[in-house]
Amino acid sequence: MVILTVFVLISVSVPLLVTHRPDEADISKRLSPPSKTHWLGTDRVGKDVYSRLLYGSRISIKIGLVAVAGSVLVGSLFGLLAGYYGGWIDNLLMRGMDILLALPSVLLAIVIVTILGASLTNAIVAVSIVYIPQYARILRAAVLKVKELEYVLAARAVGASDWHILLVAVIPNCLAPLIVQATLGMGAAILDAAGLSFLGLGAKVGQPEWGLMLRDHFTLIRQAPWTVLAPGLAIFSMVLGFNLLGDGLRDILDPQVKTT
Amino acid sequence: MTAYLIQRLLSMLLSLLGVSILVFWMVHLIPGDPALMILGERANEAALQELRQQMGLDQPKAVQYARFLSDLSRLDLGRSFRTKGLVAEEIGWHFPPTAELTLAAMMFATVFGILAGVISAINRGGFWDFATMFGALAGVSIPIFWLGLMLILLFSHQLGLFPVSGRLDALLDLEIERQTNFMLLDTLLAGNLAAFADAVWHLILPAITLGTVPLAIITRMTRSSLLEVLNQQYITTAYAKGLSQWIVVGKHALKNSLIPVITVIGLEFGYLLGGAILTEHIFSWPGLGSWLLKAVEARDIRPIQGGVLFIAALFMSVNLIVDLLYTYIDPRIRVPSATV
Repeated sequence: MVILTVFVLISVSVPLLVTHRPDEADISKRLSPPSKTHWLGTDRVGKDVYSRLLYGSRISIKIGLVAVAGSVLVGSLFGLLAGYYGGWIDNLLMRGMDILLALPSVLLAIVIVTILGASLTNAIVAVSIVYIPQYARILRAAVLKVKELEYVLAARAVGASDWHILLVAVIPNCLAPLIVQATLGMGAAILDAAGLSFLGLGAKVGQPEWGLMLRDHFTLIRQAPWTVLAPGLAIFSMVLGFNLLGDGLRDILDPQVKTT
Repeated sequence: MTAYLIQRLLSMLLSLLGVSILVFWMVHLIPGDPALMILGERANEAALQELRQQMGLDQPKAVQYARFLSDLSRLDLGRSFRTKGLVAEEIGWHFPPTAELTLAAMMFATVFGILAGVISAINRGGFWDFATMFGALAGVSIPIFWLGLMLILLFSHQLGLFPVSGRLDALLDLEIERQTNFMLLDTLLAGNLAAFADAVWHLILPAITLGTVPLAIITRMTRSSLLEVLNQQYITTAYAKGLSQWIVVGKHALKNSLIPVITVIGLEFGYLLGGAILTEHIFSWPGLGSWLLKAVEARDIRPIQGGVLFIAALFMSVNLIVDLLYTYIDPRIRVPSATV
């Protein structure tokens, strides 16, 4: 929680904390080691690594939020429909999810980016699609459990519409596992999107995205290790923050897991 | 058991059919004319038309898909426009390096993951438990492409212990005839032990990089599964009989607790196939991942289709084998499944 709060505070107050603009390049100072003017050194075109790193935190948080929001929304809708209506809707949607699960996530994301074209937005869309099945499965399982409970049957008996039952009676009872998964999903989405950028399938040249910063400098690791150390550590600590929070939430929201 | 097997095979075929539709549609979803992509901007209209006809792009979609499936049934995955090679042959050639890497990574993850999980479980609540669990959480949070770079920086550049990239020293490579393209096997077949040792040496850093996430997951799974078993009465009985902790854990508890771990190992195989793309990119490992990435960069559609289908089939087959193994090992699952 502390790690994430720090990251959120940083991303909100980036303009106050940076020492240089993220696109400000001074080629005469390329690959300078950390100093008083460039706290984390400069990159191969003389841009300030520290300032780019801070701007990058905004991008990473945005990637995580947008990608997870997309997969939670679509996945939850699929899960709700499949679990609540059952029958052919369930079969159709869940077989679709099986196809998405038949491919390793990185590979599926690469396939989607290949179709859509390489860009940060498309990388976010790809990561979002990759994680849809997880949320669909969670919601479907939760709905199947909840829909036979007495208060749902009672709501149906008094003539409540399907959407009313889903929104008022079913969804609030499925939130706990969804919140846990979404928190862990933020970390996974940030990792996958950074991976896509690292492979050249995400952020465009020049964007201060952490995965791309690594891609641009990994061949210079011996010459200028600071250009590789900083963005990697940033990705690692942000993902660790989300995973720690997700684990903590799971312990609180799902006491059964806590015992093991 | 037979009914279960048939059911699983049918469901796998259905999923593969779904993936085949997905990869078939890729050609049509990718913006731009595939014929233009293959022949380049300077191609004249007659040549483009001829290629479109050759590829069947002028046919209705259903006919194109039927043709795609029929080619697939003969393992004809077409030709790469970049290398002009047969895709099926290229997959056959690039798969061994990836297989070698993923198997080595899985071996590393399994051995150390189970060991760490056991240490964590028997020290529950203690320092080692906390340290192992934090390590496992860090393991699933680390970007593996960065971990690989850090390993190279430390062990290759700073300490000079391991090679930076590749599968074999350039000079030794000249002495080895690539019969199977499994480097460990080829060096042994050549009877060249120095080359074999060098191949193992080249494999270590990529395997650690790729194996770290599965290592973390296997550690967590082993710990929770072992803790569950240790709470059972027969373990209390074993302790009551005066057996030492190592005998109780090693002989009585671990065997039973490893059953769910096997499933995780199977599931992680899919992760390894995906993660191999990143790892191979860092270590210049000439496997399926690097090959696929080059095809993606060039938008070379046939290798992408073939590679994706191959990996999906492989992933599903491994999952099927693991499920069957699971049913075989755990009689509690075997009995009900026999009646399905």
